[in-house]
Amino acid sequence: MSKVRVLVGTKKGAFVLESDGKRAAWEVNGPFFAGWEIYHMKGSPVNPERLYASQSSGWSGQVMQRSDDGGKTWAVVGNKFAYDGVPGTHQWYDGTPHPWEFKRVWHLEPSLTDADTVFAGVEDAALFKSTDGGATWAELSGLRGHGVGTDTHAPQWQPGAGGMCLHTIIVDPTNADRMYIAISAAGAFRTDDGGKNWKPINKGLVSDIMPNPTAEVGHCVHHVAMHPARPDTLFMQKHWHVMRSDNAGDEWKKVSGNLPTDFGFVIDIHAHEPETIYVAPIKSDSEHFPLEGKLRVYRSKTGGNEWEELGNGLPDRNCYVNVLRDAMAVDKLDACGVYFGTTGGQVYASADAGESWKAIVHDLPAVLSVEVQTL
Amino acid sequence: MDSEQGTATGLVRVVLPYHLRVLAGVSTEAGSEVRLEVALPVTIGRVLDALEGKYPVLGGTIREYGTGQRRAFLRFFACEEDWSHEGMDKELPEAVAAGKEPLLVVGAIAGG
Repeated sequence: MSKVRVLVGTKKGAFVLESDGKRAAWEVNGPFFAGWEIYHMKGSPVNPERLYASQSSGWSGQVMQRSDDGGKTWAVVGNKFAYDGVPGTHQWYDGTPHPWEFKRVWHLEPSLTDADTVFAGVEDAALFKSTDGGATWAELSGLRGHGVGTDTHAPQWQPGAGGMCLHTIIVDPTNADRMYIAISAAGAFRTDDGGKNWKPINKGLVSDIMPNPTAEVGHCVHHVAMHPARPDTLFMQKHWHVMRSDNAGDEWKKVSGNLPTDFGFVIDIHAHEPETIYVAPIKSDSEHFPLEGKLRVYRSKTGGNEWEELGNGLPDRNCYVNVLRDAMAVDKLDACGVYFGTTGGQVYASADAGESWKAIVHDLPAVLSVEVQTL
Repeated sequence: MDSEQGTATGLVRVVLPYHLRVLAGVSTEAGSEVRLEVALPVTIGRVLDALEGKYPVLGGTIREYGTGQRRAFLRFFACEEDWSHEGMDKELPEAVAAGKEPLLVVGAIAGG
């Protein structure tokens, strides 16, 4: 029988949850790296026992960890993230130029074809790559304008409230040279040549919090998802608005439809139904908790616009948690499992594509990220 | 105090904060120390060179890569004095170089 492993990064350590394919009983292992912030953990699709973890703290900065036995044991790997060449400047909160300064790794994306290759999205926003299992890292600096192609306007990027983080990395499974990344608050970008050159892909996004709501960069994109069977279709949860593109990000259209609020952080896609998508609506940009204290997931089986409320097993009242941008994932079992973590320390799971939910663990530190491996 | 190569060294005691003792895989008992051979004259920079040489996993966790500066929320204490702002190249007290007093690396009271 298949197994499921859920990798949970929290404000105070990492946890590895495991269950058989029934997903009824869960073993909780951890905390690993207790006391440290674990922004993200992810396993290699090539070798699922190979895991990468980003460990950081305000006291001691960034540490990178790697496991070769599915998270039972870990070893420290390289933590030197040096920007390529002169770091340059981006916009600070007050609009003045501010030098690029490395702070932490937000997201790790292992290669689809090589277990030793992994991408890291960092704050201040940049994309790094390791081809030796995390021992050394090199910046793909074309993203920040060091390329010779389309201008990415990096000096105009500015941090969102959580920092200027590169939080989404998507590798096209049908075209190794095509990747997507997203940055708060700069927007989404695409490369078609393996990371040498990048271009902004934000046409159709409208952000009223910007002086020019349709500017080429500056949008606060919270998360982007792609189904591997539809590599040209992308779904985005922006600061406000749920968006969709069917041409690899060249143009976006709003698909918020009947959502009660289209603010939120996470978005993900059913493992077997490329038009079935999930979001966790949050009240507003100033009130980061569910509407009316009711924690809800919304599902669209039509690729957006028509949404249904999913709440069976989720709190109906007095719930004021948030669901952060990397804290939702799906498994690949026949009955697709959907998982999300909250800032209240719960990890909710649905073994029936969202019809019903239960907390598979409920008193962890605030959850920063959730990834799922189907073994 | 002299090594086999004839280079003058001191045996320096260093007390690390708990989370760095865990990371380095050394004793986590309260007050536990690591002992390092450090070239004379003993400075914080040389102590950190020796520390990172013996425990490479601590690279970047006490001083920043690139600038080499102390991380903002860590402090250095020695002989009941705050050495955090003295720079990396100032000679530490003889008591530290002689191993009579430890160099303390302390996590600032911050965070949640």
